[in-house]
Amino acid sequence: MGVDLATQQLGGPIASQLVDLSPHLPVLPVVLPLVVAALMLFLDERRGILKAGLGAATLSALVLVSFVLLNTVSGDADGVIVYRLADWAAPFGIVLVVDRLAALMLMITSILALASFVFAVSGWAIVSPRFHSLFLLLVLGLNGAFLTGDMFNLYVFFEVLLAASYGLLLHGSGRQRVRAGLQYIAVNLGSSMLFLFGVGLLYASTGTLNMVDMMRVAAELQGGDVTVFRAGLAILSVAFLTKAGVWPLSFWLPVAYPAATPPVSAMFVIMTKVGAYILLRVTALASGVPETGLVEFLSPWLLYGGIATVIFGSMGVLASNQLQRIAAYATLITAGTLVAAVGTGDARAISGALYYLIGSTLATGAAFLISELIARLRTVESPAASEPVVEPVFGDDYETSLEDFEGYEVGIAFPAGTAMLGGAFVTGALVLAGLPPLSGFLAKFAIVRGVLAGTVSEVAAWVLAGAVIFSGLATLIALMRKGVEAFWRPGEETTAEVRSLEALPVGLLLALCVALAIFAAPVITYLDATSAYLANPVEYARNVLETGR
Amino acid sequence: MELVTAIGIGVIAGAGVWLILRPRTFQVILGLSLLTYAVNAFLLSMGGLKLGAPPILESVAGVDPSRHADPVPQSLVLTSIVISFSMTALYLVVLLAARGLTGTDHVDGEEPD
Repeated sequence: MGVDLATQQLGGPIASQLVDLSPHLPVLPVVLPLVVAALMLFLDERRGILKAGLGAATLSALVLVSFVLLNTVSGDADGVIVYRLADWAAPFGIVLVVDRLAALMLMITSILALASFVFAVSGWAIVSPRFHSLFLLLVLGLNGAFLTGDMFNLYVFFEVLLAASYGLLLHGSGRQRVRAGLQYIAVNLGSSMLFLFGVGLLYASTGTLNMVDMMRVAAELQGGDVTVFRAGLAILSVAFLTKAGVWPLSFWLPVAYPAATPPVSAMFVIMTKVGAYILLRVTALASGVPETGLVEFLSPWLLYGGIATVIFGSMGVLASNQLQRIAAYATLITAGTLVAAVGTGDARAISGALYYLIGSTLATGAAFLISELIARLRTVESPAASEPVVEPVFGDDYETSLEDFEGYEVGIAFPAGTAMLGGAFVTGALVLAGLPPLSGFLAKFAIVRGVLAGTVSEVAAWVLAGAVIFSGLATLIALMRKGVEAFWRPGEETTAEVRSLEALPVGLLLALCVALAIFAAPVITYLDATSAYLANPVEYARNVLETGR
Repeated sequence: MELVTAIGIGVIAGAGVWLILRPRTFQVILGLSLLTYAVNAFLLSMGGLKLGAPPILESVAGVDPSRHADPVPQSLVLTSIVISFSMTALYLVVLLAARGLTGTDHVDGEEPD
């Protein structure tokens, strides 16, 4: 029977099927990193260059796949591709759904991943074993979480990405990282438990795990089931808010992110966005059933929690004196802005916040990478300090000594290293602080305009607008102070040693930030279509449940 | 049966939460394990509690669903057991590494004064 079904579904000889892979494109962001990560486990640590090449090729392929998916959904009238895993129909089987929002997140993830990976393999990747596999598994988890249309499958992908992130945070080992890791893992295990409790309650009240189907059933719930559903949603939201780093659930973040190695911190920037993404997805889906008021109770929590996070992040930025800590708090500001925009439920604010998300994710990632280069700049006079601080602890099949690591340190000294570094710093700072002419300004302008013209109460709107603008000022002050200290120290010759493999990813990220400002019109058109589509989940639901292609 | 299960889950989860908030890493990991048990039992009960009801239909025709247990929570629990078990094992490794590197089993990595 299985054979019959296969020939019926696929049609034609097998050779023609092999040529046309395009229907299976949506599953590639999940399958490709998984397969390559598994294969890499067979290569031992001496094959570092081969692994680096494999990983970079995989991530480049993912950039390509995401671009094709992005192009497909933006050109498509429905704007959604539904991929049925193992061809089971939607409410019973698990579906992967690519819509404009998911395609955008895939795109950002793969670009950031490629940049951080290339930066990492130029040095940090070899200080502990199995970096390359863990990195690809993190990408797998992220992509899966963005794509899946199933609540429990989302939990599984969350656990995959968290498990990989535990390994990556501990990468390089050392007292500081293990201490931070201990707390990071405990917090995330705790919030995963909340996630499970929430999913359990949602299943108990609706009897389904498919997100779209869940909202459809939820619209018809009566009596006690409504309470159970709301409780489940509330518990689930606490879990997502923890992952997104919303105050007061964010105290783990400024400890964990700066403790990780710089390329890993750069990649972690996208992880807080997963929480915000899911909140946006869930609230958008639920807005299809407005008369029940099932999720409206969440909106004020998101709005005020987001505002509090922006303020907390701004104060944190002002209080930090390390670039990595500044970048960690800037991550919080972004997450807060995003969550608050979701809380307003206003399409214009959301589209502005998505534009802000693209620019700030790339710029924060670049800032983490630059922090490594600046740290080296500061210690040019005493080369001993630029050695990795720690001996590897998990060195089971790791034989390369730190002397070999030094071998990697020697590279082509970039002639205009300091100038390039300074330029990169200024560009990143302009985006993060939201100053014209770069994308940060346009984004904040769009958010403030959207919020002030939107449906939230006037006081809340002004407070949010004020917080967003104040966060820009705080970031600017902190980054200026840091830049003056790093580049304009009197009486000292500073030369930056930047290897071309390190300059490339930083340059790529910042060039994209600039391009985002130059080509703002098509991007904002796309994002407006995205938020308009999110505001009309009925179409999305119909596509997922009926026309699964 | 519902009441006993609910109270049991509540007690285990409460004990888990209390232990997680304790300052020693060993207490934290015991707390996480207890929470895991609680959440697994909770998930299993989400399909409704039934005794002696198989989760698998023997034939499609003339089936009375009320005499069968819901198979979905059972598969969810299997997944969550595997994941939380491996996470606990991973946390144990980090716990030991932290003990070795900091010389204390306090969660802050240093003894309070």
